[in-house]
Amino acid sequence: MTETRCKDQVILDLWHPLAALSEVPAGVVVGTILLEERLSLACDGTGKVAVWRSRRDLPVDGPVDISAVAGTLPVKLAYGYVWTSLGNPPADIFPIPEYAEADRRKLNAATFGVNVSAPRAIENFLDMGHFPYVHTDILGAEPHTEVKEYDVEISVDRDEILATRCRFFQPMASTTSDGGADVDYIYRVPHPYCSVLYKSSPMDETRLDVIAVFLQPVDQEHVRAHMLLCVLDEDNEDKVIKRFQQTIFGQDKPILENQFPKRLPLDPRAETPIRADKSAIAYRRWLSQKGVTYGVIPAAT
Amino acid sequence: MITLYDYELSGNCYKLRLLMGMLGVEWKTVPVDFYPGREHKSDWFLKINPLGQLPVIDDDGLILRDAQAILVYLASKYDASGTWYPRDNPALLGEISQWLAFADGITGTASAARLHDALFYDFDVEAARAGAHRLFRILDEHLWFGEQEGRNWICSAAQPTIADIACFPYIMLSEEGGIPRQDYPAIRRWCDRLKRIKGFAVMSGVFPAGPAKAA
Repeated sequence: MTETRCKDQVILDLWHPLAALSEVPAGVVVGTILLEERLSLACDGTGKVAVWRSRRDLPVDGPVDISAVAGTLPVKLAYGYVWTSLGNPPADIFPIPEYAEADRRKLNAATFGVNVSAPRAIENFLDMGHFPYVHTDILGAEPHTEVKEYDVEISVDRDEILATRCRFFQPMASTTSDGGADVDYIYRVPHPYCSVLYKSSPMDETRLDVIAVFLQPVDQEHVRAHMLLCVLDEDNEDKVIKRFQQTIFGQDKPILENQFPKRLPLDPRAETPIRADKSAIAYRRWLSQKGVTYGVIPAAT
Repeated sequence: MITLYDYELSGNCYKLRLLMGMLGVEWKTVPVDFYPGREHKSDWFLKINPLGQLPVIDDDGLILRDAQAILVYLASKYDASGTWYPRDNPALLGEISQWLAFADGITGTASAARLHDALFYDFDVEAARAGAHRLFRILDEHLWFGEQEGRNWICSAAQPTIADIACFPYIMLSEEGGIPRQDYPAIRRWCDRLKRIKGFAVMSGVFPAGPAKAA
């Protein structure tokens, strides 16, 4: 067994995203960092991908025949991204059934480097209270600042957090909006460093747009944030849909990077939550119960 | 009407959005997928700008590249007050040009550090950060001495000029490249003054100023 810098077995055993497959050139080594380890990946252009610990005989940007690479790490392709694990990963990655629906637009909005711990970024993703102040005139606007009562549960059989009955007034909820509307939200946290949100589609009131954030932990205080869009939009070019999401993420970025302490404190007394933070409280408790230590300040025992 | 080839998260594109907003000029946007799509290096875009850089404007067939050059053009053509780029004041024009070049230096350092951290550009980030701090120190001292003389802006004028617009974005975005501004109080006060100019608009990563304190 190779010695790893990260000692958190829960985190080591997870699948972690590395890159959007559409952005990996065929036959060329791409370098990245996961849990403080230098990794390399490459694809062959026919949908086969290999991930391995970086080594000198296969330099980044150099050519590679992936069928000849020995000692590769586990690899999975899911939701348009390449995933790997440094431990013993489960057979499957958490499901997003909507991804299989043929009429959806599926895009990597962007992969951004962010100076934040993965759990702090997940918490921000779950928070509706900041919409009017950080995403002014897009995802919220004064005076519509109240986070109304919503439900949170930790689903035992699916091992994920589910926040439902969330509702927020949004001036421009998506690229297909034509004005302000009350928007329904559902949040899932099916992975300590990944979250999936569902929100009302302005195109079809019976369906929901899906936006997911998959965080690749570079180290305990830095991530690469991969943003999956899986939305209903018949009108806009890919780049317009990406631009909308990048604008929103760009507004979150300075907030994320100024969180202090950078690692998420799991002790319930460490930070004072309000009612609107119910999903964050459940998230912290869930991480504690799992015994996660990487990217967090564990509660004193 | 002006067409702006634009990327939302680009500070150089933001310079033009800022000035056009303050001048009350209307424009339409052609989004360019700078990241991750690298559309600024695509064939169609290289025909517009062979340098493969944003921003570019098309004003009734006149195509211009380079943020600083476009600021000169926009202010010369659309600023009825003549204060943003005072064409009849040679000394001031010299000063403005000097600080436009300085703004390019900020792009080469502070913006490069941000591209390294956020978009994974292969730059020497320590050199970029050190270079940005050197420029910020020079600007902070310049602004501090200006304040002692009752001057609010970068150049020796009672009103802001395009030099202020050119320097502002990548200073405001510097923390995204790991360049804090707490050691530059005069820069911070100048940023707040700029944010209070009528017509000011934000971009992602830049927040509006709070209400000014009563003197």
